Amino acid sequence: MRAFPATRLALAFTFCLVPAVALADALTGQTEQQPTNWPAIAMFALFVGGTLWITRWAARRVTSASDFYTAGGGISGFQNGLAIAGDYMSAASFLGISAQIFATGYDGLIYSTGFLVGWPIILFLLAERLRNLGRYTFADVVSFRFAQTPVRMFAAASTLAVVTFYLIAQMVGAGQLIKLLFGLDYAYAVVIVGVLMTCYVLFGGMIATTWVQIIKAVLLLGCASFMALAVLASFGFSPEAMFARAVEVKSDLAVAEGASPADAAASGLSIMAPGGFIDDPISAISFGLALMFGTAGLPHILMRFFTVPDAQEARKSVLWATGWIGYFYILTFVIGFGAITMVATDPSFLAPDGTLRGGSNMAAIHLSSAIGGDFFLGFVSAVAFATILAVVAGLTLSGASAVSHDIYASVLKHGQADPETELKVSRRTVPVLAALAIVLGIAFERQNVAYMVSLAFSIAASGNFPVLLMSVLWKGCTTKGVVAGGTLGVVTALVLTILSPAIWVSVIGNAEAIFPYSSPALFSMTIAFATIWLVSRADRSGRAAVDRAGYPAQRVQAETGIGAARASRH
Amino acid sequence: MSNYDNAAGSQSCNRLTDLANDPRYQRLVRRRGRFSWLLSAVMLAIYFGYVLLIAFRRDILARPIAEGVTTLGIPVGIAVILSGIALTGIYVVRMNRTFDPEMRALLREYGA
Repeated sequence: MRAFPATRLALAFTFCLVPAVALADALTGQTEQQPTNWPAIAMFALFVGGTLWITRWAARRVTSASDFYTAGGGISGFQNGLAIAGDYMSAASFLGISAQIFATGYDGLIYSTGFLVGWPIILFLLAERLRNLGRYTFADVVSFRFAQTPVRMFAAASTLAVVTFYLIAQMVGAGQLIKLLFGLDYAYAVVIVGVLMTCYVLFGGMIATTWVQIIKAVLLLGCASFMALAVLASFGFSPEAMFARAVEVKSDLAVAEGASPADAAASGLSIMAPGGFIDDPISAISFGLALMFGTAGLPHILMRFFTVPDAQEARKSVLWATGWIGYFYILTFVIGFGAITMVATDPSFLAPDGTLRGGSNMAAIHLSSAIGGDFFLGFVSAVAFATILAVVAGLTLSGASAVSHDIYASVLKHGQADPETELKVSRRTVPVLAALAIVLGIAFERQNVAYMVSLAFSIAASGNFPVLLMSVLWKGCTTKGVVAGGTLGVVTALVLTILSPAIWVSVIGNAEAIFPYSSPALFSMTIAFATIWLVSRADRSGRAAVDRAGYPAQRVQAETGIGAARASRH
Repeated sequence: MSNYDNAAGSQSCNRLTDLANDPRYQRLVRRRGRFSWLLSAVMLAIYFGYVLLIAFRRDILARPIAEGVTTLGIPVGIAVILSGIALTGIYVVRMNRTFDPEMRALLREYGA
């Protein structure tokens, strides 16, 4: 990976968001199966029991399509903020970023900032308008004043693409993580994840999915806070003392590897500043765009804005989410440095060749054992698994909504579907998606799936986001413009990702990538926006006149919330 | 939109048109929009400023801030995270305190 800084960046980017990619080693090579970890299994059983109990509670409350898709719009801003933060704080942010910091120090912080800054932008430009215009899916918002069939078909296709790529990455990551943490067989692990997620979504709908996510977010924040606090306490709450010790450890390691004292000192200090992975400004900017705007196009994140009663609560939920996510990233920074001081020096955590036992992403897991022994290790492992479950549940629900609400109700039934049948279609889609996820998860076991998440992000940033932004904010936007621009953006993102180092070199095995940058977003987003603009401008059709004439009414509803879908229960 | 149950009568439709044409409403929406775009521009400038600093002037971030090993990059990186939270907070406070009450008052006038 060293030869391809851009690829490394992309890899790191991917495993920050997805448990899947949490384990770079798990993805590029095979993980060794660990001895069965009983405390972890007991903790995990407790979590599963608790969440299934909640699902039973939620199942009695899911009586309508609105309950199923959006928890009846009855989630508060605070609760939704935690759920959004939960979607974001995957096992991967936790394991992946702390591992990145464990390995290279400062560089991990650069990813964290990229993930965080997308949120304010979503809030300033989209969150409230989404809530005011949409009901169940982001396609509601995009197709508000446009011809339903083409726009819904585009939105559903792009949602299913994002969900599928993301699910594959999650399932493979889940299998590898569970094999690693619990000593369970890969295929069992994938099936367990698939079955549990089906239970949550099928019976509990959005109510259960949200509460599973909230509980997991609280557990993860609790674990991470405790670990960061324990690390800082051992240095008398002086970050400088912690950094100094980490530098010393890294220098000693360099000396042990035979470096000269001057080189060793430099290598130690290198963890305190940005390293060499953003060498190329185009990759840096393109990658930054994918990070920021990909989030604003992820269907399972966007649907969370429909679970709150109104725009005010949507606003509040982003403030809470941003606060929790920022806090979490600062904790992982401390945890990563803590792992350098406590894990890298302890031979019991190291394999004979000096690398971490169980793979490079185990830094935080070993740190939990160093801090709280087997019991806390089990707890943290269980929380890491719970995280994957909560995220796949959200993805599945979002995929099922695209099928039932966008394709079945809006396209096939022209918006005249009986809500009960729509709900039935949605529920029938869930096991189908779960089966697909299990099959793909097993099929991709030995594949490098690190690119799947960056692919999902690129598609979201190049298809969903431009379409959403232009349809909401630009009066001149038309059906043809949106469909052409969105489709071209998605196709460009897909093709350029295949030609990029992450697939062309790492997966297919060619010597040199045709598209040299780590992320296609700078190019594919430009193409999407330009196409929407050009096609809309050139569009002289009768439909275009209807589309443009619909803007004033859409604008009033977007700005005031008059006519917005209301919560079904309070 | 057939799947929205806000089939408004022609009377309330007229009211909405009046609202949309009210200069006070237009001014409010424009001010609010400008505020959103301003905050977005600030966030983008901070983040891409940081990314470009890493790409071109890494040495600035590698400078120690005091006697010890802590570099300037650490407070700067954490400040980028905190600035995101702070901007979000500023937006929410301004919306709740200024724009929401103004909008509510206008909507009341139009009986919405």
